Amino acid sequence: MKWLTLFLSGLLFAVGLGVAGMTQPEKVIGFLDIFGNWDPSLMFVMGGAVGINMLLYRLTRRRPCPVYSNQFTTPRHRKITIRLIMGAAIFGAGWGLAGYCPGPALVSTATGSIPVFVFITTMLAGMTLYRLTMAHHENDDVDGLGTE
Amino acid sequence: MENFTPIASTIGGIMIGLAVAGLYFFNGRILGISNITSELLKDGGHEHRSWRLVFMAGLICGGLILMFWRPESIGSSPASLGGLALAGLLVGFGASLGRGCTSGHGICGMSRLSLRSISATLTFMATGMLTVYIVNHVIGATV
Repeated sequence: MKWLTLFLSGLLFAVGLGVAGMTQPEKVIGFLDIFGNWDPSLMFVMGGAVGINMLLYRLTRRRPCPVYSNQFTTPRHRKITIRLIMGAAIFGAGWGLAGYCPGPALVSTATGSIPVFVFITTMLAGMTLYRLTMAHHENDDVDGLGTE
Repeated sequence: MENFTPIASTIGGIMIGLAVAGLYFFNGRILGISNITSELLKDGGHEHRSWRLVFMAGLICGGLILMFWRPESIGSSPASLGGLALAGLLVGFGASLGRGCTSGHGICGMSRLSLRSISATLTFMATGMLTVYIVNHVIGATV
């Protein structure tokens, strides 16, 4: 059952992305194009996803542990660091350029089209580049801009 | 605004939210695609990999369902192959440095009202909008 819940979570996430319009890069770019022919649909994706999850997250945290694990894995970082903001800024530039973020790009590989595989290949390369060049600095994450 | 799809996007958003909440309820894991992907590139042993691989298998099967059920729902990018290659590099490196992407920060972190995730989400939306502005209105062509 544990494996089924993991599989179904991935499946539902992918189908949800498709229904929401997130697997259409033109639509994502349309959302980011606030000075052009703006399509606010993605605000509704975010609203639906964050709304339901905010409620269910609170209910889930009342449990001592998840159903199939003995602990909740929640990020421990608190500080807003230069690295966080720089990383998000670089990520956003790539997102706007292609209209793909990692989830929708992975889902779109089901079509077998070459362009999405080009994106995925260099995305994996970017992650590897980070690990080879920057990962050993992870403990330097203390020069924060502020705290929570 | 002729492409505006508030109802479908809200329903899709709720499905995404249920997938995120389900993964946390059953397995106690944060649904962050960039983290799940980059951790799969590491050699962290069986326990480290297995849950991520099963999740990823579900994600790809979801893509196959979309392809047969609603083929029009999977579009293609206006960017050239060179543009896509650069975009992938920025997305992969940026998500690793910033420790999250649209799912991890934008949905999971925002739902937990994490200040880190709210800051990251506002930042990548701003630079995404700036990039689209430059491509569509300054350069005025596909990149």
